[in-house]
Amino acid sequence: MNIVVCTKQVPDTAATLKVDEQSNVSWGDAPLVLNPWDEYAVEEALRLKEKHGGKVTVVAMGPDATREALKQAVAMGCDEAVQLWDPAFDGSDAPTTAIILAIAIEKIGADLVLCGKQAIDGDTGLVPPGLAHRLSWPLLAFVAKIREIDPAGKTLAVERLLEEGRQVVSSRLPAVVAVVKEINEPRYPSFMGIRKASKMQPTVWSAADLGVDPAGAGRGSAGIQWTRIFAPPPRQGSVEFIAGDSPEDIAAKLADKLMAEKVI
Amino acid sequence: MAHNILVWIENVKGQAAAISHEALGAARSIADGGKVTAAVFGPNAGELAKEAIALGADSAVTCDDATLAEFRTEPAVALLARLATDAGAGVVMAGASTRGREVSGALAVALNAGAIADVTALELQDGRIVATRPVYAGKLLSAIAPAREPVVITTRSRAFPKPEADAGRSGEVASVAPVLSEDAIASKVVEFVAEGEGEVSLADARIIVSGGRGVGGPEGFKPVAELARALGGALGASRAAVDAGWIPYAYQVGQTGKTVSPDLYIACGISGAIQHQAGMRTSKMIVAVNSDPEAPIFKLARYGVVGDLFKIVPALTAEFKKRLGK
Repeated sequence: MNIVVCTKQVPDTAATLKVDEQSNVSWGDAPLVLNPWDEYAVEEALRLKEKHGGKVTVVAMGPDATREALKQAVAMGCDEAVQLWDPAFDGSDAPTTAIILAIAIEKIGADLVLCGKQAIDGDTGLVPPGLAHRLSWPLLAFVAKIREIDPAGKTLAVERLLEEGRQVVSSRLPAVVAVVKEINEPRYPSFMGIRKASKMQPTVWSAADLGVDPAGAGRGSAGIQWTRIFAPPPRQGSVEFIAGDSPEDIAAKLADKLMAEKVI
Repeated sequence: MAHNILVWIENVKGQAAAISHEALGAARSIADGGKVTAAVFGPNAGELAKEAIALGADSAVTCDDATLAEFRTEPAVALLARLATDAGAGVVMAGASTRGREVSGALAVALNAGAIADVTALELQDGRIVATRPVYAGKLLSAIAPAREPVVITTRSRAFPKPEADAGRSGEVASVAPVLSEDAIASKVVEFVAEGEGEVSLADARIIVSGGRGVGGPEGFKPVAELARALGGALGASRAAVDAGWIPYAYQVGQTGKTVSPDLYIACGISGAIQHQAGMRTSKMIVAVNSDPEAPIFKLARYGVVGDLFKIVPALTAEFKKRLGK
């Protein structure tokens, strides 16, 4: 089974972000990492490969800094890495990113595409459904468990984590599966994996390699304009500590406050 | 500039999702003289269409074909794309629920549209739509404007008020045929396993009581859950508690869990790591109970109690039961 994992490189979740007047976002010394949701997608791909054989290719769109995320995925055990980059891609919006990824997936050839449910920088979750639509493959998002998968029969069944519970869905392959954290516990890269990753050079595909019209990608073709990025207003007021003679006394005082504030 | 807006009303077992009505109200506020059309699929679609009109839609389109009885992305997107094209909709809106996110991402590609996910505010600037949405898990905000129409917009749960119903409003309800037949749809819903039945869902909750590392184990969630129940609120958890296996992932609030914005968030034994703050910092009021007076959570909190949560939380539960007459 050939599996493609779509990934993104993002600032570490512990990063303290700063933004300047020109909307440039910086994160100090914090490392760039593989998007945390994508780690679960990589792990699931590796487990499926271990069970069913085949190959796992990790793909990311972005400039050369993106290679750190690809290296992390290779260190975990992915077989090959493909970087999609062309100056013409810079500033692409989510639907265009989905289309470029879909074109790359068609070029690689896949029985299954795995993604994290969203990237923790943009937080849109738009790419997996856009990708599935472009490929005309079924989308199975918010997947907490792959119940069964039959590569020969080209079917799978998954549990999707929705607001009110779990929807169990069966589908044909190929399909796009976007995963949530519950699905597995990602492995740490092995020593051998890290060595392999350190020497790894990803295959790089440009707009021309993919047959993407440069005028149809990038900032100029985006359906949206990012007019400004700014820090949220700080939470006003400082904490008022409630103390008392006993837990009951504290509870009564706090209840008074909360009822007066009309939040209860 | 008038914007004709198509709003997808999410149908959960014959009831409209609250988030869809919030999206409908948001649509009305930016239509600027344009028409707002509700699209309702699945069981009870006719009634939900009338409800949508009372809540601000000018008209509604329904389809209660069997292919749309249980939500699936493919048939919903195929029909919405056709409706948006036929109606010349400049904007398609939905709630940023799990299903809404699936629909919006696929629809944006289908319509060659821009997409703005999970917006928390919308306004018109000289007739132009400008959306505000959190990025980097709410550590920053971005202002985004459509570069062209159509554009697909999803609204964050509880970011927009539910509109007031006006039973005097009237509008046309048209029933349409689906675009995809069953044999053209690859995914089949096998079953739905409801979880946390009788509990308040985190996404819709007005009050959330969460437990963290400080609860010490699975048993430690009992008093936290009891306080949530006494307040008619939802139970939440920090990543530390979920990763320790004390409570299922569905309860996790934070950067790799759910993002919530209740009126009141009570954090019990949660230190307040930056990743947890990302998921709850937009709560209207935060109360923290923690044994460590230096815990970062107190920097976000309006009220704090330094002490043993196993003493304070049950006392709060008893106090609120008394006051709320339970």
